Amino acid sequence: MRHTLAVLVENKFGVLSRVAGLFARRGYNIDSLAVGVTEDPNVSRMTLVVRGDDHVVEQVSKQLNKLIDVIRVTDLGADESVERELALIKVKSDKDTRAEIIQIVDIFRARIVDVASKSIIIEVTGDEEKIAAIEKLLKPFGIKELVRTGRIALTRGSKSS
Amino acid sequence: MSENTRKMTGARAIIECLYEENVEVIFGYPGGALLQIYDEIYKSDLRHILVRHEQAAAHAAEGYARATGKVGVCLATSGPGATNLVTGIANAYMDSIPMVALTGQVPRSMIGNDAFQEANITGITMPITKHNYLVQDAKDLPRIIKEAFHIASTGRPGPVLIDLPKDITTEEIEFSYPDKVDLKGYKPTYKGNLQQVKRAASAIEKAHRPLIYAGGGILGSNASEELLQFAEHIQTPVTTTLTGIGGFPTQHPLYIGMPGMHGTKYANYAIQECDLLIAVGARFDDRVTGKLASFASNAKILHIDIDPAEISKNIKVDIPIVGDAKNILSSLNKYVNPVEHETRKEWLDRIEGWKKSYPLHYVGEQDGLKPQYIIEQVYEACKDAIIVTEVGQHQMWAAQYYKFSQPRSFITSGGLGTMGYGYPAAIGAKVGKPDRVVFNIAGDGSFQMNSQEIATAVQNDIPVIVAIMNNGYLGMVRQWQELFFEKRYSHTCIRDSVDFVKLAQAYGAVGIRVEKTSEVKPALEKAMDSGKPVIIDFIVECEENVSPMVPAGAPINEILDLERKE
Repeated sequence: MRHTLAVLVENKFGVLSRVAGLFARRGYNIDSLAVGVTEDPNVSRMTLVVRGDDHVVEQVSKQLNKLIDVIRVTDLGADESVERELALIKVKSDKDTRAEIIQIVDIFRARIVDVASKSIIIEVTGDEEKIAAIEKLLKPFGIKELVRTGRIALTRGSKSS
Repeated sequence: MSENTRKMTGARAIIECLYEENVEVIFGYPGGALLQIYDEIYKSDLRHILVRHEQAAAHAAEGYARATGKVGVCLATSGPGATNLVTGIANAYMDSIPMVALTGQVPRSMIGNDAFQEANITGITMPITKHNYLVQDAKDLPRIIKEAFHIASTGRPGPVLIDLPKDITTEEIEFSYPDKVDLKGYKPTYKGNLQQVKRAASAIEKAHRPLIYAGGGILGSNASEELLQFAEHIQTPVTTTLTGIGGFPTQHPLYIGMPGMHGTKYANYAIQECDLLIAVGARFDDRVTGKLASFASNAKILHIDIDPAEISKNIKVDIPIVGDAKNILSSLNKYVNPVEHETRKEWLDRIEGWKKSYPLHYVGEQDGLKPQYIIEQVYEACKDAIIVTEVGQHQMWAAQYYKFSQPRSFITSGGLGTMGYGYPAAIGAKVGKPDRVVFNIAGDGSFQMNSQEIATAVQNDIPVIVAIMNNGYLGMVRQWQELFFEKRYSHTCIRDSVDFVKLAQAYGAVGIRVEKTSEVKPALEKAMDSGKPVIIDFIVECEENVSPMVPAGAPINEILDLERKE
């Protein structure tokens, strides 16, 4: 079972290392971790994807909460939140395959952000499944490089996390 | 911030902050990165105890904290000085002891360059501190030091480290000490949720066979009196963990000793048969629970702890109350109706029966000197001593055979099990409580891990008495090898490695050797009268075991008697 945790932290020296270190030393599995500042420059938001049963996730949240720099931890249930990942995919492409790739990009509402004679870079946002799907379709053309941001998420509606 | 600001160097500001925090003593060791700070210490009224190894500074600060309830402070230079503190910091973290560790660091411009005596100590200590700081601007010093003392001593106490780059100590700042701390992410809960307190009260009233299992949190929150009232109020037996010893008077009729691996049989039986386990400031350590699946399996679990992360960490809790033990026990004393002794008679009689059938005992009629006997005699010689221990067999015997009537009288390394802890911790305890007699009950193995601190005790005139249970072995490991490795004593024999009497004398301390039972009392009397640091080398029976014992991973009621019979 995978859970998405929204973690608000003080934007202080070493905070990322504290959070990542906690996972390492307590033996928790961390699938993805995305960090950025919020509307308040003193506060950063981390989105963590954690694998484990409810007991593990509860422990992760409690242990995170113990860190002095952690302000709030929220477990985001999938139906109450919007989750996104961004991926950049560099695919082999020449004049014979370009049209076909563009078609796939259109269907997925992705974007081409760079074109060269032998490759294309595609930008795609969406949930994990969508990115996995486009990756699968592009694979036969030859993926030269791929980078993903890790998951970011916010609760739906006026409730904040 | 107060309006009276004064200009001063960072080093001076550190001293001023320590004054503001009412720090009386620091345990430390100088070095290049600390020259400025040590110059200010020279000019200050602070008491500084110079140790011989930084590890001892951390342990001494911790022993001081445990004996006094105040925050212990230690100071070490950058690089190796700082890394030498690590074991002591980890020890304080595992046992939730309030401590502030100050470390020197290379100048800011050199950080990250692998400069001489540089170590990334904030990185190293992240997993073993409650919080830590690298001071990046001298102006932040007062705020950071204020926060550090606040974090160390509130909520679940613990060690906080402040790393001080050398150039910060020379920079001039406008000094003013903040009145308050403002930490968005740190708001410990002290008062228990009233609903939960009422649920607990009702569970206690319904229980037929309740049992209180109290840990170090009782001492951390100074809740001994409330615990005593609570136990008497609900006529419920009490078992205390190793670090909880002293939190409840051990001669009280409701006291049933320590639980777990070397706990009493009756404490372990009581845990397995109780129908409500009331855990207070205890964390269900594996040395207590044995096999988790069968621990207190007939009981509802009520858990009172200030750290929400301890709730259901190891054992699923039925009724959690997050908050300070002192606070919650006093509200329980209000909300629970008093229980008559008669109501509990059947349960208490049952425990009494176990106490009579399976008392702690050892065979004492042999020629050899028995460590258990020595501990009993230490008690006879001074019933009100602070007992500090190293780690191993002697530690368990001290926990089993000394009788404690007041809190903060038993100081031992519980969670981390740090050999070499006892002597420096005893020095710290004696500095904090100069009027109490302080014994370090030691093993010959553990004592050798920090015996250089005899120099500290002698130079600073700290009359701690060390009672070495010298069996020529790393006794606890030997015991396991005897039981589980067919007596293949692989590298646990350390016999004749040192003459402790001569060692004591070499440092200017008093050394006494005791080989016969008849010599025990006179030696203890001589040690207590000497007013000097004393090392007593008790040559004890070499293959004596700690009994009873639950093998690791077994259910705690599967408990073995291991005493030797001739």
